[in-house]
Amino acid sequence: MKSTTPRQGLMAFVQDVIIWNTTGGFGLQVYRGLLVLGMATGIFAYSFQARFGLSVTGMNDIVSWGFYISNFTFLVGVAAAAVMLILPAYIFHDPDFHRVVIIGEGVAVGALVMCLSFIMVDLGGPLQAWHLIPGIGQFNFPSSILAWDVLVLNGYLLLNGLVPLYILYNHYQGRKADEKKYRPFVFLSIFWAFSIHMVTAFLYQGLPARPFWNNPLMGPRFLASAFAAGPALITLALAIIHHITDYKIDQKIFKKLRLIIVVSAIINLIMLFSEIFKEFYFPTHHSVSATYLFFGLHGHTSLVPWIWTSISVNIVSTLVLAFNPGKDNPKVLLPASGFLFVAIWMEKGIGLIVPGLIPSPLGEVVDYLPTWVELCVTLGIFSLGLTVVTWLIRAALIIEDRYEKLLS
Amino acid sequence: MSNRKKTDDAPGNDTTLPVQNSRRNFLKGLSIAAAACSASLATGCLPTTARAAESGEQFALQWQEYFKKHYRLMTQKEKDETVARLERQAKLQSGLDLQISTQAPRENVLYGYAFNITRCEGFMECVAACIKENNLDRKAKTQYIRVFEMEPGQLDPGTGDGKYFHEVPVDNKFYMAVQCFHCEKAPCIKACPTKATWREPDGIVVVDYDWCIGCRYCQAACPYFGRRFNWAKPSIPKEEINRKQHYLGNRIRPMGKMEKCTFCIQRTREGKLPACVEACPTGSRVFGNLLDPESEIRFVLKNKKVFRMKEDLGTDPKFWYFID
Repeated sequence: MKSTTPRQGLMAFVQDVIIWNTTGGFGLQVYRGLLVLGMATGIFAYSFQARFGLSVTGMNDIVSWGFYISNFTFLVGVAAAAVMLILPAYIFHDPDFHRVVIIGEGVAVGALVMCLSFIMVDLGGPLQAWHLIPGIGQFNFPSSILAWDVLVLNGYLLLNGLVPLYILYNHYQGRKADEKKYRPFVFLSIFWAFSIHMVTAFLYQGLPARPFWNNPLMGPRFLASAFAAGPALITLALAIIHHITDYKIDQKIFKKLRLIIVVSAIINLIMLFSEIFKEFYFPTHHSVSATYLFFGLHGHTSLVPWIWTSISVNIVSTLVLAFNPGKDNPKVLLPASGFLFVAIWMEKGIGLIVPGLIPSPLGEVVDYLPTWVELCVTLGIFSLGLTVVTWLIRAALIIEDRYEKLLS
Repeated sequence: MSNRKKTDDAPGNDTTLPVQNSRRNFLKGLSIAAAACSASLATGCLPTTARAAESGEQFALQWQEYFKKHYRLMTQKEKDETVARLERQAKLQSGLDLQISTQAPRENVLYGYAFNITRCEGFMECVAACIKENNLDRKAKTQYIRVFEMEPGQLDPGTGDGKYFHEVPVDNKFYMAVQCFHCEKAPCIKACPTKATWREPDGIVVVDYDWCIGCRYCQAACPYFGRRFNWAKPSIPKEEINRKQHYLGNRIRPMGKMEKCTFCIQRTREGKLPACVEACPTGSRVFGNLLDPESEIRFVLKNKKVFRMKEDLGTDPKFWYFID
């Protein structure tokens, strides 16, 4: 990693960030090339959607939200999970977490960029998105929860972008960041993290038309699953950083993260059990969606293997993380974190959104499968998100590394 | 049905626009002139050929349409201007002479609808009339009205067959139709993030197609499956297009926007019945003004046993079912 002498000025900062993120070893360039390829695939696929409309997706009037909104919902959780690093770092002044909090914030910004992109590609009239901007558009606030969601997501993006930017910019210049100045915003961002979760859950929870979603456990379960999936992803990110850069991560951090993941994952499973009990102990008309999801309905079973895979993987990885059979061996814990992340993605994405819309309010059952366009656009957005995360973390680590050396 | 003049106008036949009122034509002329001016300004030169002028004009029209306001914030003048633009666009793009109305609600009117379960025999004439009247997408087979063939002993359309395709009526079955119920407390209106859907003073829940961003939250919020999305650009054979349109009603929807039953706003605001009511051969459909004590709908509500779908949700639909 380069360690140039501190320079002054915003221009130099921007220049350096760009230079750091365009230069690097062969492996890094290949990785960047793959991301660009992914984004290009996404743009190519989206061009079909722009021309022929959302008819090129697998969605229809019954399943009117699909893969895009599923990913959006899940990623809101990932974004909010940064709070699990911010909270101990800034409130409890945990020195271990303080060192990695910037990485959590980078992941949050990337996740938010993906969230907003998923919303944009899901719009039938993306060119009319300006109708949402308060002032020049017509913002249905406070009535529409989607209007709330636009506010909280963009606000959280600003908070998670600007606070680290302020800190990094100061460290870049070899100065200490003034904690008095950014502390109020850190507090705000902690409350805000819970709000992006709850508001996104309310988006679904507030629809009496959809009994599967109209469930008061939705919000709390969003929190629990995200506080498992988010830190699981951050664990993986930290492990990668530990292995391929000079920025070494203390083992204590992994232990603490494991505890957070285990507690959240267990709460999540208890709530899942509670939901399943409610749906199936005495099945009513309101349990039809859950029946479709877990057992299939009228011969339509496309989500049954999906959800059982998700739940099995979820339980096994939670048990592995809880009982820690490898005695903190990363070769056991890292795959477990990865599998837990994927299991929650499966359940809190498609497993939550699609069955909410099936059967239709008139009882019609159809299956939903994303088309290649949806898959490729999603690949593009994931590549975009990874690019953003990579840019932010690479710049942050170089600056922090240099600042640490400057202090010592 | 005098207004339905799909008839003999062969495609491309250059019939002149019927003179409706001079004010609108004057405004139209004005806006065309304005559009042509701004187009030539935009391209930086005066168009030399008619074709260039036309494409410049189209561009100007699109530009002005893109930045127009929400329908409810428009003055009558602005409404007239956007209508003139839309009519001109249709003329330029497909040679169609449309008449798009912006007629406001009538005074002291609240529309209500009642459906006679005993009488309906499932002919689906209502569906066919609705598709024609409202310029519904033929390729996507969009239907505002769905008719369900029901087993005795059930009253929830969810238990019926919405895809029946055989001779009707069938012995020992009955038929129930559903469409947008124009709820007084409509979940869709509450959901819309841009206020692109609202309830008019006469009780009709409408969509401003040009203000809708296509997020489909209203579709998820509707407990009655009342809304339809334009997943692709609607396709309707040119000779079948109903040219008598309303801004909030049956004008041809852009791609990626939500649409729904409007109680045929283009007809009912002129004192006519919705197309489905007029088309029904069995007289199962009753439509009228709930505020008029002498109306047939009030008679039904007073003298028949009526019920509404999913009353437990508190949406207060303006659509009742009744049994003779």
